[in-house]
Amino acid sequence: MTLTTDPESARHALTTMWTIRRFEEAVDDMFARGLMHGTMHLSIGQEAVPTGACMALSEGDYITSTHRGHGHCIAKGAKLDAMMAELLAKETGYCRGRGGSMHIADVATGNLGANGIVAGGVPIAAGAGLAVRMRGGSEVVVSFFGDGAVNEGAWHEGVNLAAIWDLPVVFVCENNRYGMSMSVDRAFNVDTLAERAHGYGIPGVTVDGNDPQAVHDAVADAVQRARSGGGPSFVEALTYRWKGHSKSDKNLYRTREEIESWRERDPIAAFEAAVTGGGATAGAATAPALSASDVEECRTLARDRVREAIRTANAAPDADAATLTDAVYAPAGEPIAGGARA
Amino acid sequence: MTTTSDTRPASGPVDSAAVEPRTLTYSEAVREAMAQAMAADDRVFLFGEDVGTYGGAFGVSGDLVHRFGTERVRDTPISELGIVGAAVGAGLAGMRPIVEIQFSDFTAQAMDQIANQAAKIHFMLGGAATVPMVLRAPGGSGTGAAAQHSQSLEAWFAHVPGLKVVMPSTAADAKGLLLSAIDDPNPVIVLEHKLLYKQSGPVPEEPVRVPLGETAVRRTGTDVTIVATGVMVSRALEAAERLAADGVSAGVLDPRTLRPLDDRTIVDSVAATGRALLVQEAPKTGGFMSEIAARIVESPAFGRLQAPVSRLCGLDAPIPYAPQLEQAAVPQVDDIVTKAGELVRRW
Repeated sequence: MTLTTDPESARHALTTMWTIRRFEEAVDDMFARGLMHGTMHLSIGQEAVPTGACMALSEGDYITSTHRGHGHCIAKGAKLDAMMAELLAKETGYCRGRGGSMHIADVATGNLGANGIVAGGVPIAAGAGLAVRMRGGSEVVVSFFGDGAVNEGAWHEGVNLAAIWDLPVVFVCENNRYGMSMSVDRAFNVDTLAERAHGYGIPGVTVDGNDPQAVHDAVADAVQRARSGGGPSFVEALTYRWKGHSKSDKNLYRTREEIESWRERDPIAAFEAAVTGGGATAGAATAPALSASDVEECRTLARDRVREAIRTANAAPDADAATLTDAVYAPAGEPIAGGARA
Repeated sequence: MTTTSDTRPASGPVDSAAVEPRTLTYSEAVREAMAQAMAADDRVFLFGEDVGTYGGAFGVSGDLVHRFGTERVRDTPISELGIVGAAVGAGLAGMRPIVEIQFSDFTAQAMDQIANQAAKIHFMLGGAATVPMVLRAPGGSGTGAAAQHSQSLEAWFAHVPGLKVVMPSTAADAKGLLLSAIDDPNPVIVLEHKLLYKQSGPVPEEPVRVPLGETAVRRTGTDVTIVATGVMVSRALEAAERLAADGVSAGVLDPRTLRPLDDRTIVDSVAATGRALLVQEAPKTGGFMSEIAARIVESPAFGRLQAPVSRLCGLDAPIPYAPQLEQAAVPQVDDIVTKAGELVRRW
């Protein structure tokens, strides 16, 4: 799939990236104005990774996500109003107000959930891959995580299990250069995190995570390999988070110049330039995928979707404390193994 | 509330007359439950360290790998966090995994996936997904394995909303409770006891479930109610026998599941006897018997108490190696006899 030359793909990729951007900006704004509670981790600047990766997936494929997971949800096809309602503590939110930003899942679209624990989703992804394998399915699991996860024990154990059992899992690292304040330069003694893949006997590549095409190509290769029984792969996508880690972040660990240099590499601006033919990467012989007005349409659509989600969510009833403990345990179903209940 | 004959189904389509009681060891009963569940449902599988050809560290999985193959009786690397996480993922994606952790102590390696993931996912997602999985692990002292292979950690798990916690004390319960655990759509921690693996008892051949959340009355008594879990149940029963010879009528209750807890049966019994002796192998401070004590004193049974609610627990110390030290670290039959006798005679 060539995102920059195929108009439909270009439109989808651009609208998805703008939707993530506008969603995150809206959340940032509501939070700053005291209209939103709790904490959240914004993925502004990283939109190309979930967009490119999820465009390589098919219906039924799974993802596991992270604390910085709004983009993964959106790219996998989650409903914006249910996401926004969750953040606004509404009964109509994905988790009925029980989970908030760090636990949004959309099982219907194969999103097994964001996760508040760094690398928590990695062995879970291996397990979902094991389930697919055992029932003879053809689905693939993409596990998103950040650079920080790559130093967690759970990451190593999950990747190793997927590797020894050839499970259909693609491990996608959003290397945004910092685990909170700890830079990858200080946290790793390897040049690229993809090198870690070789320690588990699986392919590992490093790509430009601000280029949805590069992310897509690497993930699509890995998905194809996983789907055809070739086992897991590791894709490291180099990107950058423009905003702080969370609301407490005063950016003491990085310079204004560094942030500015990455803002100049805005994945959305670069992609717009590429699809309209103005970018350095545009092939001279190819017609631009999108016109300026197409681009404007994508922006407007994204803005309107987010506005509509906010309106719908604000009108919804607040999460109800009367049913707070309802979902602590799932109700019992039928005995699964034959026989009787005593 | 169930009767003393816990092996017999209280109701249901299985006619108790048709269930031929035969004797199995506790570990055979666990194996039979897993085999019947795997035979009945392709989604059920067992994985863990050395559960395949080796047959399990305590021989519990035995020959299952030869009956169900290496896909469904799956050896794993030494990787507790990874395999429990994989069980969470497999459960989320529609399977019914059973994980064996070789010693319950090793669940410390996997605690994030147990307490932060498995226990909370259903709730955090507002009920939109379930994590049906069973984690089996042997606990308890008495094998000379010292402090990192002998703990009784039930209170850790029982403290986490979202987990169910099971402690079978008989062969029949080892099978029946495990079948219920496999049926359950929630994560269930089944804490087996190493000293019980070779104990035999009548076990129905049919897959007869023992429901989670029903305290078993192992023995009725009028002077004191002894509540015990795990290997302490058989010690309490032996103590009750000796107490009877001394003219003290002690009842013995076995909660069997700590979450959900059938406290009603306990409270009713204590209201009738007026005395409660709560016996656990785990250290006293913060132990599960403290919870049972609180449930008793918060209930109307409080007004019927003739003696302070009393706990007899393991020492607040790690389990030591030397046999004489190990024995001194946890309640023995003599201790139960002495303590129960005091409760009855002094008050």
